[in-house]
Amino acid sequence: MKTILKFLILFLPVLPALPVMADKLYVYNWTDYTAPQLLEKFENEFGIDVVLDTYDSNETLLAKLKSGGGNYDIIVPSHNFVPIFIAEGLLQEINARDMPTLGNISDKWLNPPWDRGNVYTVPWQLGSTSFTVNTDVYRGAIDTYEILFDPPPALRGQIGMFNSPDDVTAMALIYLGYPLCNESAAQMKQVRDLLVAQKSHVKVYDSDGIKDRLVSGETHIHMNWNGYSFRARQEKPSLQYAIPKEGLLSWVDNLAVPKNAQNPDNAKRFIEFFMRPRNAALQSNFAGYDSGNANATRYLDADKKSAPEIAVPDGASLVFSETCSTQAIALQDRVWTDIKK
Amino acid sequence: MKRLFNFNLPPLLSVGPAALFLTVFFIAPFAIIAVYSLMEADPFGGVRRAFSADAYIQFLFTRDWDGNLQFDLSYLNIFWRSFALAAGATVLCLAAAFPAAYYIATQPRRRRGLLLLLITVPFWANLLVRTYCWVLILRDSGLVNGWLIAFDLISTPLPLMYTDGAILVGLTYTYLPFMALPIYASLEKTDWRLIEASRDLYAGHRQTLARVVFPLARPGVIAGCIMVFIPSLGAFIAPSLLGGGRNLMIGSLIQLQFSSSRNWPFGAASALILLAFVLLLLYLWRRRSGRDGRDDGESIW
Repeated sequence: MKTILKFLILFLPVLPALPVMADKLYVYNWTDYTAPQLLEKFENEFGIDVVLDTYDSNETLLAKLKSGGGNYDIIVPSHNFVPIFIAEGLLQEINARDMPTLGNISDKWLNPPWDRGNVYTVPWQLGSTSFTVNTDVYRGAIDTYEILFDPPPALRGQIGMFNSPDDVTAMALIYLGYPLCNESAAQMKQVRDLLVAQKSHVKVYDSDGIKDRLVSGETHIHMNWNGYSFRARQEKPSLQYAIPKEGLLSWVDNLAVPKNAQNPDNAKRFIEFFMRPRNAALQSNFAGYDSGNANATRYLDADKKSAPEIAVPDGASLVFSETCSTQAIALQDRVWTDIKK
Repeated sequence: MKRLFNFNLPPLLSVGPAALFLTVFFIAPFAIIAVYSLMEADPFGGVRRAFSADAYIQFLFTRDWDGNLQFDLSYLNIFWRSFALAAGATVLCLAAAFPAAYYIATQPRRRRGLLLLLITVPFWANLLVRTYCWVLILRDSGLVNGWLIAFDLISTPLPLMYTDGAILVGLTYTYLPFMALPIYASLEKTDWRLIEASRDLYAGHRQTLARVVFPLARPGVIAGCIMVFIPSLGAFIAPSLLGGGRNLMIGSLIQLQFSSSRNWPFGAASALILLAFVLLLLYLWRRRSGRDGRDDGESIW
């Protein structure tokens, strides 16, 4: 009796924390990537409590789901990881085609190669990796990787590159016209030769502080993401974002529902809700990326509406980054060591 | 029972925490690294439970572009660069810290406290912020180049940033207090009458410094050198911020293997090889000072 009493006294304070059968939605998204206003609006409209948890890489997300942890209802894998999640049986079908709001998504982003028929995913945010040029210093055409890899005199010694082997080799492969995640030693050797020759013109390999270096004039051409390039141009109008004709390295993060989700119906409600133009714009205004939602543009903030960095131009040829095999990564690591040994 | 307690607990209590600390924070992580270095790499990062010595082979041998295994100096070269920069930083720290420590040790007791406090002040700010300040000082549009141009000494900015020299400045700046404090600790205990005696015996300034002051400071100098050299070897922030990532250092090599190269076994092996190098170096150092018939290192080891 005494034990039971003790037990009760010990656990009484915990009781209110137990679920009161309230409707919940557990969202697991990248850090600093979810508009709080969006979640608030969803909570108010549906009376569902949203709990947000964050991660910093696709690998983290994959590891957590594979170990059976989390119990999340919404996750946001990048396009190159979606096939892995599907193959591992970690996602459940959401059949987005049956959702009335899917019609808002631009044709360009529907039915993508990583999820034919939008069975498992819809786009959340999308963007690209290219480079930014100071057009006061270099006045020629900037729509080619040539000025990055074989720079004209004005840009020599003024180049900033990412300090990450995957993005740098991917860009070099696009320039040379070879497939990404290349497993051919002969082709990767050409990548090595190209990047080793480029090194004498490169000032810095650093993926942080890009905007600062571009604005201060430390570098006049720098590998960059579209969102960062947009912000850099706000501070220095001559900084233009290049859309290379050889192909624009692009990524799409997608909303998906894990197989072991506790509240799959709420998750589908959220996805449908997100694809309404006003809501997609709410998210884009927060994060500064395109949502692939054709009807959301008119609700964007004025500066983002007209930004060439944010919406992908119609004629651009897009190249989607891939998840590479072990062999491709080993070759990529060889290239990187050769550049920096 | 009670007697057993009285008898056994005190030694256990006194040794226990230290032993537990070493096991949890040193031996266990070390064992994990050693085991990981002998496993196969998993395609998405992490390791697979299969034995493989590939990581150690990769350190010295690489497949050339035709697929043949050949001896390769790339990684040894990266190690050599890191050792050279760490040694350079140690020498610079010693040159700057010794006079400073000597000066502080000769001040009146009350002033010493203030001066020591000033040496530790930089620790109050975040290392990343302090290193980034050097970027603002050294870059093309930075303070140094700005002044030189303003005084018409140069017309185009000097390339101060993104060089080995910039890394050296960053390392020296970061680890200077680690050199100054132990040297001060040795000098503080000095019996200054020894210096008077040295003068009385007609030793000049230089001789007194070389034969009396320096030997007295030796334990502090050795401790300081070790405390500067070893962290400089694995330094990560200064090389990537000030060196511009143009050349790999040991720290960035290891970091790379655990991130985009997704080769944890090789990262673990590199860390272990670094550890082996350092231990070997310390062993040689200790043996040399042992042969000299001095054991002044004893107080630190």
